[in-house]
Amino acid sequence: MTADVTTTHRRLRETMPALLQGVTQQAPFADALVRLGRSRDDVVVLSADLSKYTDLVPFRTEFPDRFIQVGMAEQNMFGIAGGLAKSGFLPIAVTYGVFATRRAFDQVAMALATGVTGPAIVVAFLPGITTPFRATHQATEDLALMRQIPGMTVIDPADATEQVAALDAAAQHDGPVYLRGLRGLVEQRFAPEGFAFRIGRAQLVADGDDGAIIGMGLGTAWALDAREVLHQGGRSLALLDMPTLKPIDRDAILAVASRHRTIFTVENHSTIGGLASAVSEVIAAAGLSVRVVPFGVPDTWAPAGSIDYVRTGLGLTAEAIASSIVAEGEQA
Amino acid sequence: MTTDEELSRIATSIRRRCVTMCRGRGQGYVGQGLALADLMASLYFDEMRRDPTGALHDRFILSTGHSAIALYATLGELGEYADEELATYGMDASRIEESPLAGLPGFHITGGSLGQGLSQAVGFALGDRLRGSDARTFCLISDGELQEGQIWEAIMSAAHYRLGSLVLLIDNNRMQADGDTAEVMGIEPIPDKLAAFGFAAQRVDANNLPALRAALEATRAQSDRPHGIVCDTLPGKGVPTIEAYEKVHYVRAGDDVWAQALAEIGSTAGVRHASAE
Repeated sequence: MTADVTTTHRRLRETMPALLQGVTQQAPFADALVRLGRSRDDVVVLSADLSKYTDLVPFRTEFPDRFIQVGMAEQNMFGIAGGLAKSGFLPIAVTYGVFATRRAFDQVAMALATGVTGPAIVVAFLPGITTPFRATHQATEDLALMRQIPGMTVIDPADATEQVAALDAAAQHDGPVYLRGLRGLVEQRFAPEGFAFRIGRAQLVADGDDGAIIGMGLGTAWALDAREVLHQGGRSLALLDMPTLKPIDRDAILAVASRHRTIFTVENHSTIGGLASAVSEVIAAAGLSVRVVPFGVPDTWAPAGSIDYVRTGLGLTAEAIASSIVAEGEQA
Repeated sequence: MTTDEELSRIATSIRRRCVTMCRGRGQGYVGQGLALADLMASLYFDEMRRDPTGALHDRFILSTGHSAIALYATLGELGEYADEELATYGMDASRIEESPLAGLPGFHITGGSLGQGLSQAVGFALGDRLRGSDARTFCLISDGELQEGQIWEAIMSAAHYRLGSLVLLIDNNRMQADGDTAEVMGIEPIPDKLAAFGFAAQRVDANNLPALRAALEATRAQSDRPHGIVCDTLPGKGVPTIEAYEKVHYVRAGDDVWAQALAEIGSTAGVRHASAE
């Protein structure tokens, strides 16, 4: 049942989050996980030899009995997680996105997405181009893969606030959740006070009449900066933050798409199978005549290097996104 | 304790159910069901413990999805599946699928993607340890599954975590989809490999009830080593017509063959068991 687009737009405008500037948090996932461990004794965390690199050390230190090291064996890790989930625990299996999806796809699908009726969480670090290594470590197609699994919820948080809120929401959710993880020093774009996160709900971050951007994960952060560049140039764009790729928030997409002729999607992921695809599916199914212009990793293995270097090479800096949006707008 | 004579009668009844299940469609994994009947009878009617309500205290994890027929037939023996429903084995719209997903009574996991069950059994066993339960976990895999790398990851982790409550049962039927296991990809000597990985390993003729009883009893001892039993089985065991069948990995046959198979098993069925007591 699709809600009326005007009603949805009004709700989105009334629930816009407060934005922060220049704020960062150190290892927000680590702290959130420890808090979760303190509040629930059914939480069990699993690592495949990457606990130091996925912000798990505080949990491992405080709850050694509820930390399961499996060594370099991701297939086994997701299997063990499946057994724990089916015996009433909340397993949180943490690794890099590439290993969770490419290497252990069948295990995630069979052990975690069949027979699991309670919560079970896969946390996937090094999302997209957030690593200086190339295809071995850059998870640029993980969300597309996970989106295919029946019953799987797929979340890509934009910042520290969303990361923490998404972990808490996933822990309350019955069924498997694939949650991307941001490690180390993480930007905090959304004020945590009063921040409302619901699985399957997008949030309007800014409104505007000169076009609309839908962002996901770090793509939302990049889009915020691109929007600011455009704002200084006298253009005001709407920005919808879409942390949940699946289930997708159709109402929010249609509410935005009904007000604009072009939707720009920005994602830290391949433009095949991720946000651009999901948004296009919703718009096409609704029969709207709206262009979708994707920003993300094209159909190539992304280059190696710092994230700034890679973003520059892929046209994903704030300035590059802004100028592309201007160019697209002039064509329209 | 269930006597050998009782277990034998139960195993025979399980065999009849396996053949009857396949007869409806004229096909199925009857060879596996017949081979495993003795092991399943021993587990469900003797070795695995039940709580006062009759619910299982210990746990059986089936990794070899296409051996589901053995589990269905055993649970049918316990009255958990009706004969009328078991007769729909493998048919369209039946939940008695040849290789089912998790969620059916008795099927804790999805076993059909081979090589995945033991990891989940390790998860169950670790969960039992966390909650202070002394429940034991029996996990059945096949010899062919030992070719999957994930099995050895799981074996490594079971030994690392000293899961003495875990019993790995390997249906060593020496056949797999493409032929004899030894020719497709040899995996012997299995007990030596298990022992090298830190398991307490045995080999048993799993179509010999007293031998099975002794092997299973030996896994009860308090130990910090997980147990592994190589269960040598004969596909089609107990039904000479099926034992001699060339394509025993998956049998398709006319009704005369199934009728003959039932005749060879004899007529010792008909006993229903409310519990293992």
